[in-house]
Amino acid sequence: MNWKSNSVRLGVLAALACVLLLAVAAWASSDAGSTAAAAEAATQAVTNGSKLPWWAWPIILLFFCFILGIIAVLAGVGGGVLYVPLVSGFFPFHLDFVRGTGLLVALAGALAAGPGLLRRNLASLRLALPVALIASACAIVGAFLGLALPTNVVQLCLGGTIIFIAGLLLFSKNVTRPVVTKQDALSIALGMNGVYRDESTGETIEWKTHRTLGGLLLFIVIGVMAGMFGLGAGWANVPVLNILMGAPLKVAVGTSKFLLSITDTSAAWVYMNKGCVLPLMAIPSIIGLMMGSFVGVKLLAKAKPKFIRYMVIGVLAFAGGKALLKGLGI
Amino acid sequence: MSAIKTPKEQITYANLLFYGAWSALAIMTVTYLAYVFGILAPHVPMEQVAALWGSPVHVYLEKANVPTGWNWLVLIGKGDFLNFLGVVILAGMTIVCYLTLIPAFLKEKKTIFAVIAILEVLVLSLAASGIVGGGGH
Repeated sequence: MNWKSNSVRLGVLAALACVLLLAVAAWASSDAGSTAAAAEAATQAVTNGSKLPWWAWPIILLFFCFILGIIAVLAGVGGGVLYVPLVSGFFPFHLDFVRGTGLLVALAGALAAGPGLLRRNLASLRLALPVALIASACAIVGAFLGLALPTNVVQLCLGGTIIFIAGLLLFSKNVTRPVVTKQDALSIALGMNGVYRDESTGETIEWKTHRTLGGLLLFIVIGVMAGMFGLGAGWANVPVLNILMGAPLKVAVGTSKFLLSITDTSAAWVYMNKGCVLPLMAIPSIIGLMMGSFVGVKLLAKAKPKFIRYMVIGVLAFAGGKALLKGLGI
Repeated sequence: MSAIKTPKEQITYANLLFYGAWSALAIMTVTYLAYVFGILAPHVPMEQVAALWGSPVHVYLEKANVPTGWNWLVLIGKGDFLNFLGVVILAGMTIVCYLTLIPAFLKEKKTIFAVIAILEVLVLSLAASGIVGGGGH
């Protein structure tokens, strides 16, 4: 179909633009030792290993995040999970600032998507409330852990986590409508059930959860990881809500996105209070990703190219490998 | 087909979030433009930020003489720190939204949800306050 092939072409173009910007960033942020003396004499362009003047970086970030926003939506992943490994791997910013901004990027995306999801019952406030309390409290612990550990240790753990996420995206088989025969007592007590309308089929679907205690315990780990790496945690929220607890995929995805607005808030405050937010890089990242997400949503309505998802999995595996090597000092 | 009713508190939460998040983004855009175009002088010169953004945060804070926690408020008149206004609204929206949930749940006698909402406000306020480990680098 023509519209489908156009959308695929746009996806490819976005991916190519992203690769190009990454290459520019990697080149410009590489060791500029040999050119430093000459450049310093001419302008203040060379700063801390970068071959570009300061003003070039916010512009590159804005465009990079715009394209990242499109790709993230098409691939069905959050912005933070792509932002942190790619920006820490290819841009000149320290991991401390990248994590602080990564959380704000994920937070802004979640806050913008939240109202629509809540109004259409695709995010369940009652499903989110207990889960969010656990995850947000643990995200604070994760944020402190992440800031207390040496950077190379965090880089190593980040690399391992990103490669794990790539594997999870590749192999996890989410279920559109899991069968929940019996709602457990905890789920009943916490009112973890609801009803939504599936726009694609016109059906009204009632749902409830099971294995609630196991799910809630897993959110301890998810919260710590979200805070530690500044990744957002949609990649973990969805499988736990859907595969383990039995929430329908649409509700799991919607509630996960909404959950990020709460979990990432607590960790973001810790990073902000510790001085890990540089407005010069944070604001263009947030705005670029938000604008990209809007364009991505429009493209998504027409087609969902599978290859973008596989490409993102490849990029994540590559970025994870780079983080591992960085952590090992190679 | 049974009618789908979105809980009232969920709608209130969604509306507040909508206006708060978009206001924060608008404020961020305006303050950022004022910052990068030099309309408001920054506390830390751009070149110095660029020279330090590859270093760990403790180095940046020390060399650029940047305060931690809420001490940035004394520098709100500076171009760089004015940007935190939008960021704080963005990060504070969830607390505001949760505050509206508490009376709504209490009114409906949903005590367990009210308690969860109160605990969440406490957790987020603790994180926002900077009391836990704030400024300790």
